[in-house]
Amino acid sequence: MDFVTVDNLAEHREAAREWVDNNVRPGWAWEQYTSGTHHTPELHAQLADDGILGAGWPPAYGGSDTDPGYARAVLDAVSDAELYADGWATTNMVLRTIRNVGTEEQKERIIAAGLRGEILIALGYSEPDSGSDVAAAKTRAVRDGDEWVISGQKMFTSTAQSCSHVFVLARTNLDVPKHKGLTMFLVPTDAEGFELQPIYTLGGQRTNATFYSDVRVPDAMRIGAVDEGWRVMRVALVYERGGGGRGSAGPTLAERVATWAQSTQRTDGATYYDDPRNQERLARIAIDEEVARLLGMRVRWMNERGELPGVEGSMTKLFSSEADLRHYSELVDMLGPAGVLRPESGAAPLHGELEHHFRSTVVGTIYGGSSEIQREIIAEGRLGLPRNRPK
Amino acid sequence: MDLSYSDEQQHLRENLSSFFSKESTPERVRAAEPSGFDPELWDKIAAMGLPAMAVPEDLGGGGASVLDLVLTTEEFGRKIAPAPLIEAVVATNLLGRVCGTGDSEAAHQLLADAVAGEALVSLALHPLVGGVARLVPAGAVADAVLCVDADEVVALRSAVSPRSPLEVPSNLGTAPLADRGAGVDERVVLASGPQAVAAYELARQEWQLLMAGALVGLAQTALEMGADYAQQRHAFGVLIAWFQTVQHRLADAITDLEGARLLAYEAAWAADEGHANAPALATMAFLFSSEVAFEVAADSLHLHGGYGYTLEYDIQLYFRRAKAWPLAYGDPKDGYGALAARLFEHEER
Repeated sequence: MDFVTVDNLAEHREAAREWVDNNVRPGWAWEQYTSGTHHTPELHAQLADDGILGAGWPPAYGGSDTDPGYARAVLDAVSDAELYADGWATTNMVLRTIRNVGTEEQKERIIAAGLRGEILIALGYSEPDSGSDVAAAKTRAVRDGDEWVISGQKMFTSTAQSCSHVFVLARTNLDVPKHKGLTMFLVPTDAEGFELQPIYTLGGQRTNATFYSDVRVPDAMRIGAVDEGWRVMRVALVYERGGGGRGSAGPTLAERVATWAQSTQRTDGATYYDDPRNQERLARIAIDEEVARLLGMRVRWMNERGELPGVEGSMTKLFSSEADLRHYSELVDMLGPAGVLRPESGAAPLHGELEHHFRSTVVGTIYGGSSEIQREIIAEGRLGLPRNRPK
Repeated sequence: MDLSYSDEQQHLRENLSSFFSKESTPERVRAAEPSGFDPELWDKIAAMGLPAMAVPEDLGGGGASVLDLVLTTEEFGRKIAPAPLIEAVVATNLLGRVCGTGDSEAAHQLLADAVAGEALVSLALHPLVGGVARLVPAGAVADAVLCVDADEVVALRSAVSPRSPLEVPSNLGTAPLADRGAGVDERVVLASGPQAVAAYELARQEWQLLMAGALVGLAQTALEMGADYAQQRHAFGVLIAWFQTVQHRLADAITDLEGARLLAYEAAWAADEGHANAPALATMAFLFSSEVAFEVAADSLHLHGGYGYTLEYDIQLYFRRAKAWPLAYGDPKDGYGALAARLFEHEER
C-alpha cells in the first residue's frame, strides 16, 4: 500500500502555463462570470488550432499530433486561470460516445468537425418532468422515411446558446419499459422548430430550456441503434463521473482561506484566524478536503486497474459535493456581515469567491445524479440493501 | 499509488480477525465488564508479541510498520477487545525509542519485561499534575505507566499488575482507568531533555493514529450491526431496510467510514515514510474517525429502535466505547485547534 501521487503531467506544466500566458486574455474569466456563459469562443478556437482538442485522437478522425499529456496540462492550466471550458467538456463526452457507438461515417465527419472546433455540442437529457430519473424522458422522435421528427422539451441544456448541436435523448418506442424505448440524436440548433430560452441560476451560470417543435433530423444524425439510447447515454455518463480532479495541485481551500484569515483584521482588531472557532472551521475543512481527495484517488486507482468504481464514484461524489455545501456555508458565516458581498461589489473579502461558491456549490448535490441517487447506489451496491426505486 | 493490501498485510488482517473473533466475543466483552479487562485475553495478546510488534528487532521486537499497527488495531476495534493493546503498543514503542537513544537501566529493564510479555506498560496522555496522572488508560492494570513531567519522561511503577488491579471508577467505556502517581507508585526517570519529550510526543501521536484504526474497526462492526438489523426487522409490513431514510443514513455512514479508513491508512503510511505532514495526518485521522465512529454507532443504535436502548443488544457496547475511547485524549475542540496550528501556523512548527 502506498499513497504516492505522481503528477504524470509534471513535465508539461510549465509549457502549459506558457500557453495560457500567451493565449488567455485577462478579461475572459470576468466575462464568463458576468455573462454566465461558461464558454469562450476565441479560447475554444485557439485550442482547436493548436491541436489541443485533437490530441490523442486517431488522424483518420481529425486527430492532431499534439502530445495528449501537454493537451491535458493546457486544459488544467486554463481551469487554473479560472476559466470554464464547459462547451468542450460536453462536446468531448459526445465525441467519445460517438467513437464508441457511432458509424464510421459519423466518426469521420462529426468527430473531425468537433476536433477542429467547428461544432459544439450541448447535452439534452433532463426535461421539465425528469432530472435524476432521466430515463423517464418524454421527448418523442418519430421516424418519417430517412428522417426523424423530434418534439418535446429539454431543461438545463447548458451552453446551448453557444452550441451548434444538442445531444438529445428521445423516446422512440412507447410499447416497452422506459429504459428500452430511448434513442439518441444530434440535433442542430439552427434546425427549423428548435428554440431556446435562457434560464439564469443561483450560481450565476446561464443555462437553457430548449424546445423541439417537429424538428426534422436525418437518420445519419442518430447516434447508436434505435431504442439503444439508454446504453449510449450511459457510455457518456461514464465520462462525466470519471473520477474528476487531478492529484495535488496548488493550495487547498483551507490553506488559501487560512492564509487570508491570518493576514486580515476583523473590525475588533483581531485577525479572522485568531478566533478559535475559525481555526476549527478551517481544520474541519482541511480534513474533509483530504478525505475527498482520498476517495477520488481511489476512483482513479481503480480506473487505472481496469476496475469499475461504481459505488466508489458515488461515494466520492456524495462526500465531496455535500462537504462543499458545508464549507462555503461555514466560510460565509466566518465573514459575518461582509459575507454577503458579491464579487460584483468590488468590496468583498477574497474577491467574493466564498459568496459566489456558496451559491454555485448548491447544484453539486443535485446534478450528475442527486445525493439521494448516490445514496441508493451505495446502499444497494455496498450494503446489499434492497433496491428501493422502481426500475 | 497502491491501495491494496500486500500479501503480508492480508495475512496479518486475517490472523488477527480470527484471533479477536475467537477471543473477544460479545460474551467475553460483557464478562470483562465493569473493569473492562480480560486477563486471559491479555495473556494471549502478550504471548503473541503484539505489544512489542513494532519495536526494532535488535531490541527484541517485531520491527513491524506503523501501517501494520493500524491494521492490527482495526481488527482489535472491530471486536472492541477488552485489553489495552493501543496503550501497550505505544508505551512499548516509546521505551524502545528511549532505549535506542539513552542508557537508562530502568528503561532497558522495563522494555525487556514488556517485550517478554511480563510487564503491561501504559501511557498517560497528559502531563503529570502534582505528580499525579488522572484517569490513565489501563492505569488500573498497568505494571508501569509512562508519563511526561516537565522535561522528564518517567515511569510510575508499583505492585499494580493485571493480576492485582486497582479499583476502576465506573465509566462510560467500561475501561480499566485509574489515577496513578499518588501514594504507592514509585517514580523512575527514564530520560530527560528535549529529545525525550519529543519521543513522548511521538508516542501521543502514535496513540492518535492507532486509536483512529481502532475506531474505524469499531465503526465497521457497528455499521454492520445496523445494516443486519434493518434486514431482519419488520415495520408496517416491510423490512425497515426498505425505508429510504434507513438506507440513506447507512449510505452516508459507510461513505464516511471508508473515507476514515483511507485517511487512517494514509496517515500510517506517511508516518512509516517519515513525511513532514505525518503528525498532521495522524491528528486528522484521529479527529475524523472519532466523529465518524460516534455518528455511525449512534445511527446504528437508533436503527435498532427501542431494542438499541436496552443493554441486551450489543450495539450499546459499541456506542459507549465510540464516545469514551477518544475522550482519553481530551476535548476534540482542542484537537481541531491543535490541527489548525499544525496545518496553518508554519513559522511555529
